[in-house]
Amino acid sequence: MATAVQTVERENYLNANYGIKSWLLTTDHKRIAMLYLISITAMFWIGGFFAMMIRLELLTPAGDLVSSDTYNKLFTMHGIVMVFFFLIPSVPAVLGNFLIPLMVGAKDLAFPRVNLLSWYLYMAGGITALTAMVMGGVDTGWTFYTPFSTTYSNTHVIGAAVGIFIAGFSSILTGLNFIITIHRMRAPGMTWRRLPLFCWSNYAAALIMVLGTPVIAITLLLVAFERAFHIGVFNPQLGGDPLLFQHLFWFYSHPAVYIMILPGMGVISEIVTCFSRKRVFGYEFVALASIAIAVLGFLVWAHHMFVAGISVYAALVFSLLSYLVAIPSAVKVFNWTATMYKGSIRYNTPMLYAFGFIGLFTVGGLTGVFLASLGIDVHVTDTYFVVAHFHYVMVGGMVMAYMAGLHFWWPKMSGRMYPEGWAKLSALLVFVGFNTTFFPQFILGYMGSPRRYHAYPPEFQVLNVLSTAGSSILAVGYVLPMIYFLWSLRYGEPAPPNPWNAVGLEWMTSSPPPTHNFDETPVVTWEAYDYENQPQEEVTIGH
Amino acid sequence: MATSDIQVAEHALQHHFADMEQQRETSTFGMWMFLLTEIMFFGGLFCAYLVYRASYYTAFVEGSQKMNIWLGATNTAVLICSSLTMALGVRAAQMAKPKLMIALLLVTILFGLGFLGIKAVEYHEHWVNHEFPGPNFHFETGDPEHPATDAQHTEIYFSLYWAMTGLHALHMIIGVGLVLWIVLAGLRGAFTPHYYNPVENVGLYWHFVDLVWIYLFPLLYLISKKHGG
Amino acid sequence: MENNQQHDESVVGHIAPASMYVAIWAVLMAFTAITVFAATIELHVFNIVVALVIATIKGTLVVLFFMHLRYSTKLTMVTVVASIFFLFILFGLTMTDYLSRGWLTYPGH
Repeated sequence: MATAVQTVERENYLNANYGIKSWLLTTDHKRIAMLYLISITAMFWIGGFFAMMIRLELLTPAGDLVSSDTYNKLFTMHGIVMVFFFLIPSVPAVLGNFLIPLMVGAKDLAFPRVNLLSWYLYMAGGITALTAMVMGGVDTGWTFYTPFSTTYSNTHVIGAAVGIFIAGFSSILTGLNFIITIHRMRAPGMTWRRLPLFCWSNYAAALIMVLGTPVIAITLLLVAFERAFHIGVFNPQLGGDPLLFQHLFWFYSHPAVYIMILPGMGVISEIVTCFSRKRVFGYEFVALASIAIAVLGFLVWAHHMFVAGISVYAALVFSLLSYLVAIPSAVKVFNWTATMYKGSIRYNTPMLYAFGFIGLFTVGGLTGVFLASLGIDVHVTDTYFVVAHFHYVMVGGMVMAYMAGLHFWWPKMSGRMYPEGWAKLSALLVFVGFNTTFFPQFILGYMGSPRRYHAYPPEFQVLNVLSTAGSSILAVGYVLPMIYFLWSLRYGEPAPPNPWNAVGLEWMTSSPPPTHNFDETPVVTWEAYDYENQPQEEVTIGH
Repeated sequence: MATSDIQVAEHALQHHFADMEQQRETSTFGMWMFLLTEIMFFGGLFCAYLVYRASYYTAFVEGSQKMNIWLGATNTAVLICSSLTMALGVRAAQMAKPKLMIALLLVTILFGLGFLGIKAVEYHEHWVNHEFPGPNFHFETGDPEHPATDAQHTEIYFSLYWAMTGLHALHMIIGVGLVLWIVLAGLRGAFTPHYYNPVENVGLYWHFVDLVWIYLFPLLYLISKKHGG
Repeated sequence: MENNQQHDESVVGHIAPASMYVAIWAVLMAFTAITVFAATIELHVFNIVVALVIATIKGTLVVLFFMHLRYSTKLTMVTVVASIFFLFILFGLTMTDYLSRGWLTYPGH
């Protein structure tokens, strides 16, 4: 493919104009996506650094590397950075921003300036939170439980809370933009039944962003006010109820888990169908399962509070409702599997990550069902079992999907191909490293090892050493893509418009796309994922 | 319609929309979606109110006795009047009467400032009466059996009162700024019947803030009949 | 004024007569007086019911007419209904906890 097809590079969104100002004042959704990519990658490494410190401390049973106070700050800041500044924006703000207008055949998101504002809010929130961390950190846990956060903690709670508050508005504006774009900006012929599943799942996640985020914004504001002005809404000394804080917090933060996973599921739907060369099995069910997850996600929050002292009857109701989330989640897993059945599967890097996602998400999801049942939850609450469960969903699921999506759309975003061999190696390393890190934590948790302690009994050391060893493999797996993506920007082969021979409007424009996405507004006359009727060309890149 | 109208409208059409109709409906829908997030934002506070009012009803009655019901009622009326002038202002923009629009919006701003002024008088009264939560809070309870706990629960009432009305007042201040922006843009002749989305959206925002007060007033001021006035 | 009514509604949006806005304003003012008056009568639990019913009537009028929901697209109406729906989920499921906390009696309590 090294023919001189692209001797004169076509004008695209990357070379349309140059200079720092053309980036910082851009309203092009593709450039904003790249700004997000850079900033959340930085956040990922900061959060990852805290994670490595945690794992290093846990290498030995004694609390020898850091003090217990420092350890509290480490896991708090790991949680805050990873949840609010990496996972929640990751797929929506980078891939969603880049792809949704392309996928629906629009020139841009509905409100381009609002989109830029949301990046600035993200940066302002991120810098505020990081400043609080540099000045001494926070030790409340990422959940900010009262009354510790409002009264007793003498760390920088206000700074962190205000940072998350500001970043929350970034999330709200992104969600709002997605919903309105998908409703109002679709190209002629792009009906809801032809809408790519990536758009469906981002739409569902956006619903949660606009409905849930305001509630945590006001809740964290009340925490900050309670510290600053002694307004006593959650103060138990006045008869205030700390559990009310937990209700309001988890009203957002449980659905927020679905903000993180739903866009990832959308990525997987796109990749599985492309690399199986088959229309996705049960398109309507996969699409509606996203909406069902978003709505049901709002009905289950108190399963985080089973041992906190809520009424046992309420706990029963929430336990029952929590099981329901398993239904649409299972629909997705079964449909991906059915899509692959008898497909002509290609083992390119995105597909390898997608395999990893399906397996690890299933483990994470099923252990979620264990935790939804009242009896088991009481046994394993606040143990490493819970830690392993949500890392299987968040890292094994979401980060895998994010990596899958980056590898799938990188040729489109950068106009360059990455080295497939190295990419396959990184996918393998991430899978092996992840399982070595977190599977032992299931066992640790089941044996009763509590989370959030910097020391542990010596009999747990073998499993902890295994976990720490796995985390270093995982780290290598994450460093590699960063290196070869950067390498590909300069040395990678120029990417053709459609390297994977995929269907979808984003593949019908050049790589990278021109500033206004399409030379003329596309008119959609075909059904989504019509792989059966597409000529079966060989994938020419990456064999 | 005059040609200049169409020129203004074409100038206002952003590149990524096909036509003015798509742009107008998109912007209106965007505003409603934003108001949805505002409802959930205040919703957290209303939820806290619901929980504590259900738990500490008598303390809430005690606290509400300290409210000046007449100032509250006056403020409700002021806001309703401002909503009327705002609605008529949007109508003037629809009908290509920029001078009428500017006049009506200026009246709206005056009503808005009037509301904030009255609210400031109330806040001042509460402040000097030690009805701001925190170390200076002091409350003489009427409950002879549990004076201490009752006073504490009243502090929760006042925490919610300050948080809810304070957040509402902040929205009013932002609203006054937005209306002022529309007035200034209107003076430059930015709006025509084909392009008045900003007027309409600021109007929606203003009515929403009014709507929040319509609920805050009975919930905070009118809890029980013991009011003499 | 008649001339303006001939504008293409899809572009300009619905223009309601000024008299309608004034009528809505009068009703809102009247209900404000009623709700203040109703608060001076002892109705026990119904005080709050009356106050909230009046507030909801007022709110509905504001949303339907001042905010033009009556003339808006179905999508806008769905947005409003959805926000109320999720607000009630927040209130309702939180209250399942608070209302049922006293149901279970523990030995010794």
